[in-house]
Formats: sequence, C-alpha cells, structure tokens
Amino acid sequence: MSEETTNAANVAEQDKGYWAANVRMILISLVIWAVVSFGFGIILRPALSGISVGGTDLGFWFAQQGSILVFLALIFFYAWRMNKLDKQYGVEEE
Amino acid sequence: MDQFTLNLLFVGASFALYIGIAVWARAGSTSEFYAAGRGVHPVTNGMATAADWMSAASFISMAGLIAFTGYDNSSFLMGWTGGYVLLALLLAPYLRKFGKFTVSEFIGDRFYSSTARLVAVICLLVASITYVIGQMQGVGIAFGRFLEIDTTWGLLIGSCVVFAYAVFGGMKGVTYTQVAQYCVLITAYTIPAVFISLQLTGNPIPALGLFGTVESGEPLLAKLDAIVTDLGFAEYTAAHGSTINMVLFTLSLMIGTAGLPHVIMRFFTVPRVSDARWSAGWTLVFIALLYLTAPAVGAMARLNISELMWPNGTNGEAVSVEQIDNDPEYSWMATWQKTGLLDWEDKNGDGKIQYYNDANEELQAKAAENGWEGNELTNFNRDILVLANPEIASLPGWVIGLVAAGGLAAALSTAAGLLLAISSAVSHDLLKGQLTPNMSEKSELLAARISMAAAIVVAVILGLNPPGFAAQTVALAFGLAAASIFPALMMGIFSTRINNVGAVAGMLAGLVVTLLYIFLHKGWFFIPDTNLFTDADPLLGPIKSTSFGAIGAMVNFATAYVVSGMTKEIPQEIKDLVESVRIPRGAGAAAADH
Repeated sequence: MSEETTNAANVAEQDKGYWAANVRMILISLVIWAVVSFGFGIILRPALSGISVGGTDLGFWFAQQGSILVFLALIFFYAWRMNKLDKQYGVEEE
Repeated sequence: MDQFTLNLLFVGASFALYIGIAVWARAGSTSEFYAAGRGVHPVTNGMATAADWMSAASFISMAGLIAFTGYDNSSFLMGWTGGYVLLALLLAPYLRKFGKFTVSEFIGDRFYSSTARLVAVICLLVASITYVIGQMQGVGIAFGRFLEIDTTWGLLIGSCVVFAYAVFGGMKGVTYTQVAQYCVLITAYTIPAVFISLQLTGNPIPALGLFGTVESGEPLLAKLDAIVTDLGFAEYTAAHGSTINMVLFTLSLMIGTAGLPHVIMRFFTVPRVSDARWSAGWTLVFIALLYLTAPAVGAMARLNISELMWPNGTNGEAVSVEQIDNDPEYSWMATWQKTGLLDWEDKNGDGKIQYYNDANEELQAKAAENGWEGNELTNFNRDILVLANPEIASLPGWVIGLVAAGGLAAALSTAAGLLLAISSAVSHDLLKGQLTPNMSEKSELLAARISMAAAIVVAVILGLNPPGFAAQTVALAFGLAAASIFPALMMGIFSTRINNVGAVAGMLAGLVVTLLYIFLHKGWFFIPDTNLFTDADPLLGPIKSTSFGAIGAMVNFATAYVVSGMTKEIPQEIKDLVESVRIPRGAGAAAADH
C-alpha cells in the first residue's frame, strides 16, 4: 500500500470517529432539550407541583422561562464542544 | 405635543433610519442580494436573524395570547426558542458547509433531482406566504393604531410601505437594517415592561417580577389567579387543554422554526462552519431577551386590565361608562375603539361596564343576582394587548410612540426577510434553476422584485380575512414548514439511505396532509365559512390544526423511509456529498451554481 492510500484510509477512519462523536453529542443534547420542555414544562409538570416558585410551581417556570435558559446553555455548550472536537479530529477549517 | 404627533415622530424617525441604512448598503450583485457577501460577523448575524425571526407574531401578538390563556400558551415560548436547538445541532453547520445560497438548492443537489428542488420551492412558498399573511395582520393593527384608522386601511397602507421597503435592497441592505430594527424593537418591548414591573412588583427586571410579589406581599401570579377566577375565567397558571395537543403544538413550532427558509438562509451568510454554530446561539440570546420578558408582559397586562375594569375589586362596583369617557386613565379605550379591535356596551343600562366570563355558570348566577346582562367588554382583540399595554399602565407618551415604532420594526423586518426568501425561491430556484437557466443577473433581480409584489398582493387579500390572531396564523405557517422542509433537510444530512423518490414523496405527503388538515379546520384557502371542522372540536381527537405540523413531519419521515426502501439506492457521489457535508474541513467560500 502506498503512503498516500494509508493516509486517505486514516482520514476516512478519523472522519468516521468524528461523526460518531458528533452524533453522540447531539443525542445527549436532544435528550436534555426534550426533558426540560416536553418533560418538566408539560408532561411531568404535575409531578413537580410540590416545588413552588413565586406563587406557582416549578413546571410553570420551566414552561415560561426555564426551558429557554436551558436551550441557550445547550447551544453554546454544543458549539464549544464541537469546535474542540473539530481540532481533536483535525477536521477544522483552515 | 399630542400622542398622535408623538407616534408619527417615533415611527417616522425609525423609518428614516432603516431607509437610510438600506440605501447605504444597497445590494449590487446577485451574490450580495441573497447572502450579503458572507462577510457578516456571528453576533451581527445573530442580531439580524433575531429581528428577522421576531415578527409581529412575537412582538405584537404573543404576549396577548399568553395574557388571555396563561400557562396553556407556553407552547409559543418553548416552541419558538426550542427550534434553535434543532437548528444549531441538526442543520446550520452542515448547510453552511454545503455552501449554496438557498434551501431548495441543497434539497435539489442532495436528492439529485430537479423535481425535489421544485417540490422544495413549492413547500417554501406555501409556508412563507402563510407567514406573510400573519405579518400583514400585525402591520395592519400597528398602522391602524398609530394613524388612528380602521385596521383594513392600516393593512392597505402598511402593505405599500412594506413593498417599497423590501424591494430596496437585498440581504445585505436587509442585514444591517435588521440590526437597527432589532435595537428598536427590543428597546420598545423592554422599556414599558420595566416600568410596569416596577409599578406592580418593585422589581426592574420583568422576568423576575413575574415570579415576584405585589405590594401586599402576595405573589403576583397568585393574585392574578385569584382575580381571574373571581371573574369566571380559567385559572392563569393551571393547565386546561389537552396534554397531547400541547406537546404536538410545541413540537410543531420547534420543528417549524428549523424549517423556515428565511431563518435557515441566515446561516448561509456566516463566514465559517464554526460561526454557524455560534450564530445560532447568539440569535437565541437576542431572541431570549424578548421571550423571557413576554410572559411577564402578558401576566402583568392581564392584571392591569382586570383591575382597571374592576377598580373597587371584583366584589365592588365595576368601572362606570362616565369614567371610561372622561378619566384620562381610560382614554386608551376610546383610541383603540377606532381601530375596531376593542369595544364595550352597557347592555343592562346601569351606567357600568361589567367585564366577566358570561359562559361560566357560577358567574351567570352572580350576574342574575346583580342584574348583569352579559359581559360588557364586548370585544378585546388579543393582538392589541402589547401595543396598548403602555397606555393601559398610564406610561408617558414617548413610551407609547416607541412601542408603535417597535411593533412596526418587528413586522417590517420579518415581512422583508420573508419576501426575500419568496423572491429568491421564485427567481433563483424556479426561473433560473429550472425554467430559464440562461437568464441574466439583471432580469433575475427584476423577477425577484416582481415576485415580491405578487406575494404582498396575495398576503393582503388573505390578510383581510385572517384565519386567526396573528400568532395563530404564523403558527400555521410553522406547521407547514415543519411538515415539509425540516424532515427533508434532516434526512439529507443524517441519512445516506433516503433517495430522490423518497424525499419527493415525503415532502409532498407531509405538505399535503398538513395543508388538508388546516384547510378542513380553517376553510379552503382560509376563505371563511368553508371549513368542515373547528379547532374547538377537531377531526382527530384533541389535535388542533395549529398542532398538526408535528404529525405531518412524522408522515414525511415515514413516507420517505418506506419509499426509499422500495426504490433504487442513492449513487456513490451523493454518498460522498453527504460525507463531505458532515465534516467542516475545506468549507471555503460558497458559490452559486451558475
């Protein structure tokens, strides 16, 4: 095998690893995304009704404000993590 | 200076600013017209995207819908922000890497089919035009109020302004104008909210004031719950509707956000793939500034209105007609009456205006006892709440003028962004991409402007008889985008199995079932009284027409998957394309395909 094809194979291998790591990050983030909005904000609201926040309960807070704050944190965390991954796998833009 | 002159002054000054910027940054080439030459910083891009995104629905309509239903309309808050998570994680970086100008270009290339591109263009047009209807409604209300005329006239005048304004520049003019518009709209939204929050809770941050306490030491939300239930309305903080419908509605808004062409287009304009990720985050920061304030605006306005109508408490005497006519605190009611969106009538002739829920049995008993003959605040259009809010709270005149300018900024910036998406779909994708590939740049720009004009005319005609409040009309547009565009984009990036036939079948299936479901409930082409069902009693269990987008998206995914499984595998070069889109390396500057 020539040096060039070995390199190409290595790059393809690296790219696969990068994509797998990315998909894992996305899945974790989307689980959190769903839990705070559809979970705490809607479906699990009755279960959280014991925790009171300013005249109402925690579920109401998640539905009207909390989920938005978590969404923000998620996007910035993902962007930061992915930019690190880009470098780690050597796939960043020149 | 009277309020009318003050409003004109604020609106006029803000318009002069936008037009000045538009002229200064006028687009010269097609590339600048569509994508601002890709020289836009993520923070600037985020701010412009936020202005583009926050429309009449967010600014004028949303807090009003929350005010009158409370918790049940939290879907708007979660849905219209949660979509950015999907955008940032699932679409933006890959579409930027792909490096073309429009959403349908990606779909056409990835699914190696000009039919797929054509179907994508049709889906974009259907969703965008529905969206523009909602914007025109908002424009009509804002112009109606500040010129003190009927909303129909407001709509007609507003559409001329939107047209004149949108044909001026392309994306480049629009980007910098939208930064200015963001600043105007966020200031206009926040200042009255801060004043009102201070008045009611002593907390200058409205988002915290919402969960704070009123003067008596009682939590604001507890007080609001008590007052509205006293008047026979549903408890503000409690859940009333179906959980399934709320989940589907929220999901439709989220998926729709990530499928709207004018928002996605924005991520084509950042310099690098990593900027596309950051840009989505910055956009949401700027959106969150308004969205965290909106629920406070809604709750506080509801409390203020209830207390104005019952100045002596819910068990005391209601406000008198005489007071409404003479007390300056109530002068906003007469101004809004002129728009045809607010009205009251002393049905029982007792000289007082009783505001209560006359469909509630307990209140009917109380009414019989006191000689009330039905709710006398006969019309309170939810879409006026935000614009009327500073007047309701007796804030100074300049705040009222500022809010009028802010509402117009919100409606205008989104209408302009949508018109740009529509015109690029018609001229770039449809004409240049399919019908007349040899078109010159000059005639492409001309076609773009003609299609903008056509879209406005359609939106005005349909906007005269809108299918709901502005935010509800806009929600329908999101359902359509959710059912058609988002699944195709996502499968195009995350699957190497979905082929040309599958994607086309999926998009068509998603669009058709969703459109059908909407038309069955809202009337064919939104023509009133042609509907077979109503959202109060929908065709499928609790699922309202505004929530159907999520189901449409599932139909799209399933159809694409099944059809792809039965047809030819995708060619190797497309597999390579998908692989390359997934890796940021070598993104470079994008090129138009001509």
